[in-house]
Amino acid sequence: MQNDTGHDIAAKNLHANPLIWVEKYADYLYGFAMSRLRDEDVAKDLVQDTFLAGLQQLQRFEGNSNEKTWLTAILKNKIADFYRKNASRGLKDLKITEAEGEQQDFFDAESGHWNEQYYPKAFGLEVGNPLLMKELGAILNDCLTKLPGLWFSVFSMKHIDDLESELICTELKLTASNFWVIMHRTKLNLRACLQKNWN
Amino acid sequence: MRSALKNIIYNCKQATFLIEKRLAGKITTAETLQLRIHLAGCSICKIYQQQSVLINKLFAGFNSEDFKLDKTFKQTLTEQIEKEMNKN
Repeated sequence: MQNDTGHDIAAKNLHANPLIWVEKYADYLYGFAMSRLRDEDVAKDLVQDTFLAGLQQLQRFEGNSNEKTWLTAILKNKIADFYRKNASRGLKDLKITEAEGEQQDFFDAESGHWNEQYYPKAFGLEVGNPLLMKELGAILNDCLTKLPGLWFSVFSMKHIDDLESELICTELKLTASNFWVIMHRTKLNLRACLQKNWN
Repeated sequence: MRSALKNIIYNCKQATFLIEKRLAGKITTAETLQLRIHLAGCSICKIYQQQSVLINKLFAGFNSEDFKLDKTFKQTLTEQIEKEMNKN
């Protein structure tokens, strides 16, 4: 086995052809990862890891699903791992304290009223204008990179894969009440960040 | 009920919390009523709600087709795969 050439390996695995993976699936997998991670470097790393893991599992791939589905499933697992690691790292992250400090100030501690400097103001844009929406989307992506890791994991799992809250809590070891606090704080921060950087 | 109502009518922090919980999950009938009363009198939270929905749309509307790998990186990947296949 050790001395087999690539050609022999390929001949033994008629179900998969790794030599065309990059050409056929790399862009698709990258887009899939980007939609969930919004970070080019991490997305590239995970695409690379996916191909390498695919090569290692080649013997086990029996063509029950097609190559694309199979590689996507590997990538999904890698993304889930990343979310988990990102979430536990996020707890110690300095950014979390900054973002929390900022969140404290959104409302008056006693009454729960908005503090005046944080009043949400209309963005003053036509939602139907695709160019403006694209611009706003780009600002949102920047805002997302500033979120603490745990918050980003929660937000992305909920909104891209539409996972049940209970499942996200289990995956990231959160209580339901923590989950909702994070969802709330994340949105408050993203909205404030958009308002600050728009116009 | 009376104190719960009083709590929410003037409390934007609680109202925005319920807005998020409703958008991403479920809130109780009592909470729905409380939120409706709050929003009827609070234009700031109404703006918040619109923008919160907009953010969800923007986030989900991300177009992965806009993102392609550059040639150099693809070349690296190809070489790596070829190398791994020859190694085994």
